[in-house]
Amino acid sequence: MLTQIVTFLIFFAVIGCILYGRRLIKTEKVDAVFGNPERALGGTHWVIVGSSFLLLIWLYYSWDIAKGFYPKSANELCQVGKVNDSLLGLKYQFPIEEREFKSTSQIKKENKNLEKLSNEIKNSKEFNNEQKTILVSFIDKTNQLIPLLTNEDLLENETREKIDDITGKINLLTENFQKPDYPFETEQELNERLKAVNEEGGWGITKIDAGSGSIENTLEVPLVPATDRGLKFHAAAQELNLISEEFFKLRNHNPEFKNKIKEIKDEIKAYRNDLTESEEIASTYAKNIVKIARRIEFASIYPPNALDKMQNAIIKFDNAQLDAQGGLRLIDTFLFPAGTIIASGPSCSEQGSGRWLPKPSDTFNKFVLMSKPSVGYKDIPLLWIKMVDISTWIGFILPDWIADILPGEYPVHTKDGTVKQNLKGAVLKVVTGDFKLFKVPVPYGHIWDSFLRVFLGLVFGIIIGVPLGLFMGLNRFAKGFFDPLIELYRPVPPLAWAPLIISVLGIDNTGKVFLLFMVSLSIMIISARAGASGTQLSKIHAAHSLGASKKQILRYVIFPNSLPEILTGIRVAVGMCWGTLVAAEFLAGTTGIGFVENVAKKYFQYEVIWITIFIMGMLGLLFDVTLRKIIDKTIPWRGKG
Amino acid sequence: MSDLVSQNLNMIFKTPKGETVHALKDLNFTLKRGELLTVLGPSGCGKTTLLNITAGFIRPTSGTITLNDKEIDGPGVERGMVFQQGALFEWLTVAENVNFGLRMKKKDPIETQKKVDEWLEIVGLKGFGNTPTYQLSGGMQQRVALARCLINDPDLILMDEPLGALDALTREKMQSLVLKIWKETGKTIILITHSVEEALLLGERLYVMAPRPGRIHKEYNLPFASMGLKQDLREIKKDKDFSAKREEILEMIWNMEEEIMGKEN
Ligand SMILES: Nc1ncnc2c1ncn2[C@@H]1O[C@H](COP(=O)(O)OP(=O)(O)O)[C@@H](O)[C@H]1O
Ligand SMILES: [Mg+2]
Repeated sequence: MLTQIVTFLIFFAVIGCILYGRRLIKTEKVDAVFGNPERALGGTHWVIVGSSFLLLIWLYYSWDIAKGFYPKSANELCQVGKVNDSLLGLKYQFPIEEREFKSTSQIKKENKNLEKLSNEIKNSKEFNNEQKTILVSFIDKTNQLIPLLTNEDLLENETREKIDDITGKINLLTENFQKPDYPFETEQELNERLKAVNEEGGWGITKIDAGSGSIENTLEVPLVPATDRGLKFHAAAQELNLISEEFFKLRNHNPEFKNKIKEIKDEIKAYRNDLTESEEIASTYAKNIVKIARRIEFASIYPPNALDKMQNAIIKFDNAQLDAQGGLRLIDTFLFPAGTIIASGPSCSEQGSGRWLPKPSDTFNKFVLMSKPSVGYKDIPLLWIKMVDISTWIGFILPDWIADILPGEYPVHTKDGTVKQNLKGAVLKVVTGDFKLFKVPVPYGHIWDSFLRVFLGLVFGIIIGVPLGLFMGLNRFAKGFFDPLIELYRPVPPLAWAPLIISVLGIDNTGKVFLLFMVSLSIMIISARAGASGTQLSKIHAAHSLGASKKQILRYVIFPNSLPEILTGIRVAVGMCWGTLVAAEFLAGTTGIGFVENVAKKYFQYEVIWITIFIMGMLGLLFDVTLRKIIDKTIPWRGKG
Repeated sequence: MSDLVSQNLNMIFKTPKGETVHALKDLNFTLKRGELLTVLGPSGCGKTTLLNITAGFIRPTSGTITLNDKEIDGPGVERGMVFQQGALFEWLTVAENVNFGLRMKKKDPIETQKKVDEWLEIVGLKGFGNTPTYQLSGGMQQRVALARCLINDPDLILMDEPLGALDALTREKMQSLVLKIWKETGKTIILITHSVEEALLLGERLYVMAPRPGRIHKEYNLPFASMGLKQDLREIKKDKDFSAKREEILEMIWNMEEEIMGKEN
């Protein structure tokens, strides 16, 4: 429903904005010449067109439009796929979609194989003449098998009747299939089917796995036929399966053929038994000849015109089912771009862009679902708040040895099994956080973890990098001393450090924060250094003349003067850290946006993958916009000094 | 009492290439308290070097320079400096720039604010206290620089081509301002300029310097600065004596430039 509305809205937005744009071009007097940047100003309507277009393409190629407008189509197409699949084996026997009869092509193939073997044997140096004669005689005999099958006069009545029987069944199916109430479902059957349909759910529905609370993969296309049309195809497919099973069980084996093939098999068996171990090659050749004989035995080879009626029946049914598809074929052609469901046969999966490109509606639903703190991902919400007692932090901050150095002993349990508290014990409780004070809300979850890692890495990088960078910009020793260190690790791509750092410092926060610290440190040092060494000498001179001390010059002149470079550095560092973090979370860890994406990848949860991509993009954008705002606010003089 | 005394001042620079530049050679002069000295000379004759030594930013190679009998061996508040481009702190407002020196000395904020208002009024920037510096025009920036320097009440004011980057009209106004401040405060001022007219108008005394090595070529005692205190500057420029001096000095500098060109070729 929502998808339909959105699709219409987008459609009209695109058309409306294009019309508006065109009218604007006509009515507005553009006095800006070509090349004047003013020509590119404004144009919100084109932004709408651009983004709508993107969304429209997404809706279309993910088959969400098909789902929105024809939610039952996928299920019906799946039933059509079943029929196609059942019909396939029968159809292949005839030149319906192929060029020739299956019998013809099989005969051609085996003749070729026999001829090849015969030539090899004749030209071989391994065999003496006697052996050659024997092997070639086997081949000749096998060759004689085929005419026994294709001779109309030898076709047995029983076989003939069976073929007619099968043909009759197909014709009956065709006749029934065209009746509106086929497959004559009883009320009970109907109810059972509808119940199964209900249980299975709709196309692309998301279900919550009650046990683990995690999000199950989206069901692609429901298998159970939900509509009357679908049921028709489903039933026909089942009948066809039986018919084709019957046909393929049928053998065109007349007594002459049976005798002949028995004779060949026996002779070759005897021949192979007599062979010594050194004559292995001859044995192999003999075996290959038997193989061909067996293939001929099990191939459905019939006299040229024996199956004509059956062929007609199949064509008739095929046309009937194509007719019955009706509008479904149009939907399949136009609303399922770059793939189809029919191709998957009875497995009913999406074959094409609908598979890896999740539907916006499904993605949105899943996002809403994942945003619920009770669902989240892998038992951890994306972003939520939990209540944490202040005591936890007090216990974390205060070192435990405070209790140890107090005079006295820790309490010991008494005879009657109780423990009497004393001062030392009470202090221990405080420093280990084993008490209750009051709770404060603390954010947690995948997004928060990722954010916190970037934030901590960045803050440490700034705290250490900026003073060091300023120092290096002003002092020859500092520059010389620290330069090699930084230039040694900075050119290495941060991710190249990741495996080492993560294996030394652990997969948890320490390793990742340190990695991000390394990333931000070099950027902050370089930008702070550039800022410091870029201070105009006259400003320093002026500050000296005004009586500022060295410290004051650093604090009030050099630092603010470097601020534009430092803030730009922070902006670059945030981008770098964000990119590095997500990749680092791919490598290891149990929380974070990158972790979510990595796990989703393992289970082909395309919606989740796209959701994480989206979240990361949005957060990256948010960071950048925030920083840009801060930069504009704090250093309005930038570029105007 | 003689105030600024320079004895055998020499400054020899070594360039990274290993060449030596004799920027100042055997400079001897004495500047009395309350005098306004203008220094004129072709580019590269050592004017800025002289000022930097006086301010204490660089040490002379040899010789001494003393202010009130105390040798100059570093920057100090008693010697205020005004630069060609203002060298204002663009991250601060006008008032914050002006009170920078007092803030660094941690003076009483209320007292400081009063002084700032006073000085802003004197330099003609009343009401601009909260304006960010980067929004000011070139002339206004120089006024801020003047106020920033004067609020510290220095004994000696050093100005390195302070009006060089200004347009003609603004420049004239600023020249009057410099004279006004000189009169009202009675400060000793050294003003460097490359404009002959400015040097003549503002200088009670005038040194014309010659390059390679930098030295004082000729010294003048001029009446025009005193005249400028009472009279319109434009009137003085029409003075016959003024024109004659101007032509004389222009000729002198021309010859120096010719000589330099000759040397180079
Ligand atoms: N730090 C320095 N290192 C080397 N040479 C310098 C340095 N400062 C000035 N000079 C040279 O000293 C001479 C005088 O310079 P300066 O005092 O700036 O001249 P002015 O201000 O009169 O134009 C010039 O030739 C200049 O190249
Ligand atoms: Mg100069």
